[in-house]
This record gives sequence, structure tokens and C-alpha cells, in this order.
Amino acid sequence: MTGAAPHELAAEGGCSEHSHAPRAELPHHHDALRTELTDSRRPMPEDALIGCRGLAIRRNGRALLDGVDLDILPGEIVTLIGPNGAGKTTLVRALLGLVAPDAGRVYRRPSLRTGYVPQRFDVDRTLPMTVSRFLALGRGGAQRPGAQGGAAAALAEVGASHTEHRQLAELSGGELQRVALARALSADPELLVLDEPVRGVDYTGEAELYTLIASLRNTRGLGVLMVSHDLYVVMASSDRVICLNRHVCCSGVPETVAQHPEYVRLFGVEASPAFALYHHHHDHRHDLAGETTSGETAREEQRL
Amino acid sequence: MIDPFLGRAIAASVALALVAAPLGAVVVWNRMAYFGETIAQASLIGVALALAVDGDVTVGVMAATLAAAGAIIVLSRQNVLPLDSILGLMHHGLLALGVIATAMLKGPSVDLMGYLFGDVLAISGSDLVWIYCGGGLILAALYLLWEPLLRLAVHDELAAAEGVNPAMVRALFVLLLAVAIAFAIKIAGMLLAIAFLIVPVVAARPLASTPERMVALAASIGVASALAGLWLSSHADAPAGPSIVLVMAALAAVSLAAASLSGRS
Repeated sequence: MTGAAPHELAAEGGCSEHSHAPRAELPHHHDALRTELTDSRRPMPEDALIGCRGLAIRRNGRALLDGVDLDILPGEIVTLIGPNGAGKTTLVRALLGLVAPDAGRVYRRPSLRTGYVPQRFDVDRTLPMTVSRFLALGRGGAQRPGAQGGAAAALAEVGASHTEHRQLAELSGGELQRVALARALSADPELLVLDEPVRGVDYTGEAELYTLIASLRNTRGLGVLMVSHDLYVVMASSDRVICLNRHVCCSGVPETVAQHPEYVRLFGVEASPAFALYHHHHDHRHDLAGETTSGETAREEQRL
Repeated sequence: MIDPFLGRAIAASVALALVAAPLGAVVVWNRMAYFGETIAQASLIGVALALAVDGDVTVGVMAATLAAAGAIIVLSRQNVLPLDSILGLMHHGLLALGVIATAMLKGPSVDLMGYLFGDVLAISGSDLVWIYCGGGLILAALYLLWEPLLRLAVHDELAAAEGVNPAMVRALFVLLLAVAIAFAIKIAGMLLAIAFLIVPVVAARPLASTPERMVALAASIGVASALAGLWLSSHADAPAGPSIVLVMAALAAVSLAAASLSGRS
């Protein structure tokens, strides 16, 4: 093994070939790195939080995932993109241990603390549950003032303090996502996993959420794995993008992936940021409660 | 002075109301009412088996409900058909089998009405001991399972990712449900047993802001309905189990109507 972290090599290389590609028997010197990248027996980087090698998952004879290799290192934001049915959620579920692989392996750093923000969050209307109770649920000592303080602090961190005493079933999609994020953060995770965190959130809320996630990475130094359906909204906050379509089509820094032929083939040329990205400015913003703010972040609002 | 049989009926239906409240709340939150209905339909087979071997009917019914619960737990792990289709199949198949089995074994001498709608006034002293011991065990087990059950009700994938074992917690819950239904059938019969679980919880929903308050309210509504229903039954000479369920349903209707009128539905 070379000393360099393989994920950086992947970023430089742009696209790692689908791991089904026949491997050179004895590669030339400059091909050695590529071979190492696609070798499913390659060991985990020592500091990796979580990862998988040659991961395959089948459902009713159909491959949902095939030969997926992935590592997530501390302090990096990795975004999974891909079309509907690409297996993004399946990959996340496999990494979390919610579904057993049919082939390959999932690696997890021993006693890794993981915070998970699931994709859908439909709370049954028959279940009365306040946000603060939800945050304390299963954490033991819900009645202790310290635990309450932890919940309040986590809500403040995600800019959702105003929801603390409200019922879960009454929250909007964006509020629920933030509350779920607060629960994930209150476990003091080393790895944060978010499955389409912006589903049901409007455009400004979306940008706010990504900014928040990036700032969490900076303040807490945690690794982040996010699922998204399109690249250009996540460009600013991702260190590395993995384009998935049952296998890893291409991976690398967002700008590289956006220009990769595999990406363009999957999403069409309109999805390329060069085509879709446009700049416009609002003279005001709306915070989570729907109030107009003037350029201050939601977190600053919370301190008032 | 209360007649001894009425006293036993009160003791039994109050115990059932107390056990049914937390069980019924979890059933409603997880939309498992059909699980309960299907388990209850199996009881008639248990009655027939007990009569065939001259055994204890309570034991027979409990064996049948536990077997049905076990079958549901196993079948919930397949993904050929959605579970509610399977439950629909089991529900009617078990009922048909139960009716045929009781008819063939004892002819018309079996009191089918008593098993369909319950006979709380026929509860014996030893039945009461069974009900209180079983009820106590169910409540103790529910106390231990409460937080995992709540977490699964909020979001099962999230709970699983956080370390709850959904298959195990759900399986234990379904077994508890089967034991409770076996007792409930003595009181309310197989057609109305699930009403004891569901209706007080539905009545409590608009008034509750936490899961535990919802359970406490459902238990109060259940106990009040049991007392009022038995009183109604003894004065109007109406069947006891259906009288209790009718009071519960009326309270639920009032609660839901009040909630929708005040815009809280």
C-alpha cells in the first residue's frame, strides 16, 4: 500500500472504473494506483470511520448494488448522488447495518458513534409526542435537567429551538429534518449520515441546511455522508461526490464529477452545473418560522 | 350488596381495561389493529381443540392465539406479499376453520354466541386469578419494552439504526398481544375483544399530549366504560360485553366530535 489516502487519489482520477472491469494481471507502474482503487480486497484506510468493499445487495434476483467500494474519513463531507433507483438509500442502509450484504463487506470503526437522519419522517398523527420528548427518547434520564439542556442545546445548534414544546406531528418537513438532525447530533456522533436531508424543504431552506451541515463539520470535525438527488445544490458543501448507479460510476471533487461523461450521461447535460448554475440574490430571507430576516443566519436569529 | 358474579365481572373487565390501554396504544400507533383481529379469530380453533381433548378452554384459546401470533411473526419476514394481504387471508381462513371445528366436534351444543361476544358474567374465581397474574406479567413486560416500542412507533428505521432490534421488539409485543387477547376473549368475545384495545385509545387521542398521558386516559376511559357498561347491562338485561363496548364507542364518538368541533381533530 502506498501512504497516500486512496480517496484523494480517487478525487484526482475523477472516475474510478466500475469494479467489474477486468483487472490488469500485472499493471504498469502508472496503472498501479488505479488497480489499487478498484481492488475490493484493498484494506480500509486506518483512520476511516466507515466503508465497504465489493458491496452487493440483491432483491428478488435484481442487483440493487454491485461491487461498491467506499470510505468515509473523519472531517470530510461525502455526497452520494445518482438517479432514482440508483441504490443510494440501499447503500446508506447497508452501511448503517440495516440490511445485510449479499456479497462484500461493510467496515465500521469499532464503537463508532453514528447519527442518522432518515429520508422520510412521517410521524403517525395518533402518536402524541413533543420534540423535547422525542429527543430524550431512549437516551435514559429524560427527566434529568441535564438531559433537557442537551436537547435544548442540540435544537439551538440546528436552529430549531422554537419547536421544543411542539408536537412532532405538527411540524413541517423542514422542521422535522432539523429536529431529526438535532437528535442525531445529541448522540455526539463521529459520523453523520443524512438521507436526502432537503426533501420537503424549499430552496432557501435547502441552502441553509447545507451551510449548517458544513459548519457542523467544521465545529465538530465529524465525517458526513449525505444522499442527494442532484449535484449542483451540494457542490459548495461537499468535499467528495460519489455518483452511484448500482455501482460507483465516478467519484471525485464536485467539479470533476460534474464534467465526467458518466455523470452527464446519467443526468443529461442540463444537470451539469455549468448549464444549471445561475446566480441571483434575494433582498431578504425567510427563516424556519417563516419570518423575514435580513441576511442573518437562522442560528443568529435563535440567539435573540 | 353486589352479586358475586357481578363483582367478578367488574374485577375482570377493570383488569382488562388497565392492560388493554398500553397495548392498544401501541397497536394504534403502529397501525396493528388487523394483527389483533387476526389473532382473535384463531381463538375459536383453540376452543374446539380444548373441547375435543376435554382440556381447559382458556389454555386452548391461549395456545391458539400464541400459534397465530407466531405465524404472523414468521410471515412478516417474507416479502412475497404485503403483510395485510396475508393477514386478510389468515383472518378469514382461521374463522372458517374455527366455526367448522366447533360445529363438527360438539354439534349445536357449543355456545357459539358466548365465544363470539364473551360472557363476562360467567367469569369464575380461577379465571380471575389467571387474568390478574397474566395481566400483571403483560404490564411488567410492557414497562420494560416501552421505550423501544415508542422509538419504533416514531420511526422504525431510525430506531434500528440507533440499535433497537425491531424484529425482536415487535415479536415480543405480538406475543404479549396474543396473551392479552386470549384473556379479552373471555370477557368480550372474539368479535369485540379488539374493541377493548382500540376504542378507549381512540377516545383518548384528542385529549392527550404525551404517550403516557394517552395511555392513562385510555385506561380511565376503559375502566369507566366497564363500570357503566356492566351497570347498563344489569339494569337493561343487555349482554355485558357489548354493553361495555357500546359505552366505549359512545365516549370515543363524543371525544372525536368535540375535538373536530374545536378544530383540533
